Amino acid sequence: MFDLTGKNALVTGASGGIGGAIAKALHAAGATVGLSGTRVEPLEALAAELGERAHVLPCNLSDADAVDALPKQAIEAMGSVDILVNNAGITRDQIFMRMSDEEWQSVLDVNLTSTMRLCRGVMRPMMKARWGRIINISSIVGATGNPGQANYAASKAGMVGLTKSIAYEVASRGITANAVAPGFIATAMTDKLNDDQKAKINAQIPAARMGTADEIAAAVLYLASPEAGYVTGSTLHVNGGMAML
Amino acid sequence: MSDVADRVKKIVVEHLGVEEDKVVENASFIDDLGADSLDTVELVMAFEEEFGIEIPDDAAETIQTFGDAVKFISEAA
Repeated sequence: MFDLTGKNALVTGASGGIGGAIAKALHAAGATVGLSGTRVEPLEALAAELGERAHVLPCNLSDADAVDALPKQAIEAMGSVDILVNNAGITRDQIFMRMSDEEWQSVLDVNLTSTMRLCRGVMRPMMKARWGRIINISSIVGATGNPGQANYAASKAGMVGLTKSIAYEVASRGITANAVAPGFIATAMTDKLNDDQKAKINAQIPAARMGTADEIAAAVLYLASPEAGYVTGSTLHVNGGMAML
Repeated sequence: MSDVADRVKKIVVEHLGVEEDKVVENASFIDDLGADSLDTVELVMAFEEEFGIEIPDDAAETIQTFGDAVKFISEAA
């Protein structure tokens, strides 16, 4: 089950905890992976760890021209992009009444607009191939909202609407578009929280623990697989029951 | 009929699954030949490939009928 041999996957934010886990999971299932991100060093390290079938494709997602060029670079490196995982994201938290235009725009640019550009860039070859998988990593806060994250929540909710609209348009061409919405996931960022903060977070989660990056990667692997061909336009919530949507 | 028209007709027939005699000069891809908006995009992609040309989006929007396509491609190729 979940054999991705011969498929080429482009993963953004592959230098981060969740993106790295996604790239590893797809790679382990046989896919060739294009690792994109801003920081070259962790991408090179991951590519070295994966060995064959891994390509490093650095890209600054706040640069529109660079984002538009990325699908072409990925196709040059791998031959095609059959699976696109828009995982890269940034936060610029601020209470809403103090939020600057810059804080708003930078988050929307990287999280939502770059996702749109990359989806658009891979659509034509996917339509020709009559096969494609688009997986956009949203967030629980896109559905629930979160104080201090109006920009981030808007971008993540926007990704869901984008995903559903794309799913409608290209379903008849063998292309699926889905979102994965992680809840609290243990990453380098959450490692910095103290025990008291962690306990408060865990108290809100029926599963009473944070999720792991591998648990997000497993959801992505499923949606990328041929077995998930009839699943499109959906949002798979992976949050330990924190929000049952 | 010109060579271009023959090749365009072949693509349209194959892609939309319509009878060859329905593909006439004024036949609208959407209104007469049953194409949806995605089909029209794919037709343009197929024309680009067949004739080795680039059809920009704003030009693609003006290609509504079989005759439009033949005319545009004849001028571009």
